[in-house]
Formats: sequence, C-alpha cells, structure tokens
Amino acid sequence: MNPTPNSVVLALVIAGGHIALPAIAADATHARSLAATCFTCHGTDGRSVGGVPPSIAGQDKNYLLQQMQDFKAGKRPATIMHQHAKGYTDEQLELIAGYFASVEPGAAAPAPRAGY
Amino acid sequence: MAITRREFIKWASATAGVTAMAGCATTGGGGAGRVVVIGGGYGGATTAKYVKRWAPDIDVAVVERNSEFISCPISNLVLGGNARMQDIIMGYDGLRNREIRVIQAEAVAIDAARREVRLADGSTLGYDRVVVSPGIDFMYDQIPGLKSADAQNRILHAWKAGPQTVALRKQLEAMPDGGVYVLHIPMAPYRCPPGPYERICQIADYFKKAKPRSKIIVLDSNPDLVSKKGLFLAAWDGLYKGMIDYRPNSELLDVDVKGMAVKLQFDSVKGDVLNVVPPHRAGDIALKTGLITTNQRWCGVDWLTCESLAVKGVHVLGDATLSAPAMPKSASMANQQAKVCAAAVIALIKGQPVNDQPMLMNTCYSFVSGQSAMHVASVHHYDTGQKTFVPVKGAGGVSAQASGEEANYAWGWAKNIWAEALA
Repeated sequence: MNPTPNSVVLALVIAGGHIALPAIAADATHARSLAATCFTCHGTDGRSVGGVPPSIAGQDKNYLLQQMQDFKAGKRPATIMHQHAKGYTDEQLELIAGYFASVEPGAAAPAPRAGY
Repeated sequence: MAITRREFIKWASATAGVTAMAGCATTGGGGAGRVVVIGGGYGGATTAKYVKRWAPDIDVAVVERNSEFISCPISNLVLGGNARMQDIIMGYDGLRNREIRVIQAEAVAIDAARREVRLADGSTLGYDRVVVSPGIDFMYDQIPGLKSADAQNRILHAWKAGPQTVALRKQLEAMPDGGVYVLHIPMAPYRCPPGPYERICQIADYFKKAKPRSKIIVLDSNPDLVSKKGLFLAAWDGLYKGMIDYRPNSELLDVDVKGMAVKLQFDSVKGDVLNVVPPHRAGDIALKTGLITTNQRWCGVDWLTCESLAVKGVHVLGDATLSAPAMPKSASMANQQAKVCAAAVIALIKGQPVNDQPMLMNTCYSFVSGQSAMHVASVHHYDTGQKTFVPVKGAGGVSAQASGEEANYAWGWAKNIWAEALA
C-alpha cells in the first residue's frame, strides 16, 4: 500500500541531494495536490460555484475529516461521496481536510460567458 | 523573460488595451520560466490556470484557435432540447484576468531543440515547457464515403461541441415524425465512454415529446454498452420503451451518403438522420509534432509529469493520451491530469521534486432525461512498480439509480469544472 505522505516527504529529503524544498513545504504541496482532486466538483480551493455540491473551503478540519471518514465507512449516506472517499487512505484524508481548513471561505466566480 | 517586439505587437493588437498593458508589465518583469499551452479545452485551460495560480512568477501563454470555449459535456442536452448553446459557450477573459496570455491562433509546429512553438502566421513563442492538450481528431480515412468536406457536413459526428451540435439539432428538428435516427459508435477507446448512450437518451427524450412515432437505431462497434450499462438500459426499457433498437458488434465499413445508409459487414442500415462518430486519434498537432507513440493514434506519457515519451520538454494530457488502465477519456480526467501536469511543470522549472504519489479522481455524470442523471466514479493512484495510474480497489462505482438529485449535482459539476478551467 502507499507509504504515508510524511514518509514520502522524508524519503525525498533524504534521497535527493538537489532538493531545495524544506519538508514542510513539500508536505503542503502534497496536501494541495490531493485536495485539488476534489476541486473538479467542489470548486477551485473548495469554493463551489452556486454551492452545489457544497463549498468546503475554510471549514473545520476535524469536521471535514469526520465527514469523509463517515462516507468512507458507509456511515453517512451519499450518492457518490462514499465511492470517492474509499479511494483515499486515512492519512490522505487528513491532509485533504487540513488543506480545506486552511483556505479562506468566500464566493466563487463562475466561468465568464462568451462575449455575446 | 523577454518577448519579441513582433510578438508583443501581435498580442497587443489582439487583446483589449487594459489587459494587454497589465500583461505586458508582468511579462516584462522577468519570470521564473515560460510555459506555452497548446489547446484551450478542459486540459489546456485548466493547466494554464494552475501553473499561473501555483507559480505566479511563471509566464503562461495559451494558444487556442477558437475565440470561445464550447463544452462537450452538456452538449447532448442541447441535442435533446434540454439546454441551449449559450449554456455551454464560455469566454477566455477569466484566464486573461489572471495575466495569462490567450492567443487566438493555430499552432503548427514545435521545435523541441530551440524550444519554440510556431504559429500559422510564422511567429514563434519560446518556452521552457510546452503543454499540448489537443483533444481528438477524426480518422475519416477509414470511412471512404466521408472523405469529402461535403459528405462530412451532411453526415455529422457532433462529437466536438460547436457548429456540429447546432447542425445535428437542426437535422433532428427537420426529421419527420416516424423517421429513423441512426447513431454509430466507434470501437473503444473514444472520447467520453458514456456519451453515446447519454445522447440516445437525450434524443429519445426529444422524440418522445415532439415526434413520438420516430425510432432510434444504435449501431455500436463494441460488443456491449461501454459504460453504465445497467443504468442506461433501465432508462431505455423504462422511459423510452420500444423506441431504441440497440445493435452491438456493428462495426461500420462505410457510409452511403446519397442513399443515407450505414454499411456494415452483413447489413446496410438506412436512416433519415445518420450520426456517425468516426474513430479518433490524438489531435492533428500531436500527429504533426511526433507525439503519437501508440497504434498511430495516442500519445504515450510519463504519468508522473505528463511528459511525452517521444519528445522531451513536451507534456501531453487529456483525450489525446494513451490512457492508463481504466482511465476514461473524459473532461473530469483532463481536469485532474491538468493539475498533476501543472504541479510537475512548476517543479521541473524550479528544480524541485516532482510529487511521486499523485492521485486522480473521475466523475462522469450522464443525463437520462432533462431532469434525471446518474454517475460513474473512480479513483486512481500512481503505482510506482507499474509506473502508471491504476484504479484504487474498492473505490468508485455507479449510481444506485438515476435521480433528480444527481441532475442537480451534474449541473453543479458542470459549473465548477467550467470555473476550474476558465474563471
């Protein structure tokens, strides 16, 4: 199974002589990339255009993590989220929850209409 | 970085004054690197946005031949009369507002040695990394009867949203009640696996309301429905009972345009409207630039970076790629690949480590009517041993049933993926 993201970061830092990023920055980048898989439906940085599916930007980390774990365990009914949540390790879900908790909530701009 | 004077004049004259001057100030400021993106669809536009968003000091230009973005997702609803063209047409001003140069032009060549993209007017754009997201083009050479432009304008694919979507809708409107609509589906892999079956639902929905004596014949090259079989059959046997004649293993040999018939090996199927989706391959620019690696159709890439296996410094993503196992050619997947590619391009330009644990998630909604939709979902992780993405076991799946609730989510998906690319 996947190594945890922390061990990946550590391995990168140890293995790569040319690597300039401190571990904490690489971890943040990894969390951002994981969270970005959610943006497709929930909007860029979790700010949803029109609020469907709901915006998740700026929500409490523990709340987000609990919801995703409940989807993963089948405790919270869903149309699709249970199928998505099962694709991630608990460590990945924690990084995802941490990322969205760190983002400012706010309005999302829709794609601009064409010029007519 | 510097831009040539010719480039600046061309760009300034093609862009609104304020945006051009703002962009000029940034471009002249000495960026960390230059990224050129060829193709402003789901893959390309999203990559451009995320390179700029995650690394504002990198100069980003998008080369796109069309002045507007037209979405393939939701375009089947236009055919069915459940959405309008203006719902699926968007502009590139959101990218321009991010100080991304959007150049309306045709890219014709990539000089990988000089790291330059050449445009149809002879001008060039220098790059450190170029991202090619060309979508698909059709292999008309496999259908003798459709070689002429005239034949292609009469027998439509409507598999790229735009003028063909409008034209096919007009053909359906002009068809008399009691007429026959024939859809031909190419052998997988093709763009949007559930798309043909959604189209059947949408056109059946239209016929049911407007011309209820009409029939639909589906000539599928594949041995069975490629995606969401149970859910589509439930709609066909329920909402549209008796309207749809599905014929698997119906590989097309030719089209008789004059006789309005699709020729199969042992049969010839006539219709009043023929909708033939030819087999496709990676878009023309990928062919011209030597990026096609497999079966003369698809572009092999290193999935950690989306870098071409054929040409260094060139990244390819979206429908044009040789898909990893169980990876659909979908807008969702292009959106997800775009963010993997953007992060990798930034890392490579800045000499930082590339994420070796990328994830991809796919969500494809299909509307079975105007008000009801269902989905297929999957999650993919990078397998270091196999050096490709593989589906995570136990994750993903399809809807329990089509519903109004999921139609609401499907529209939410569309609005958000459009904003991901263009806002």
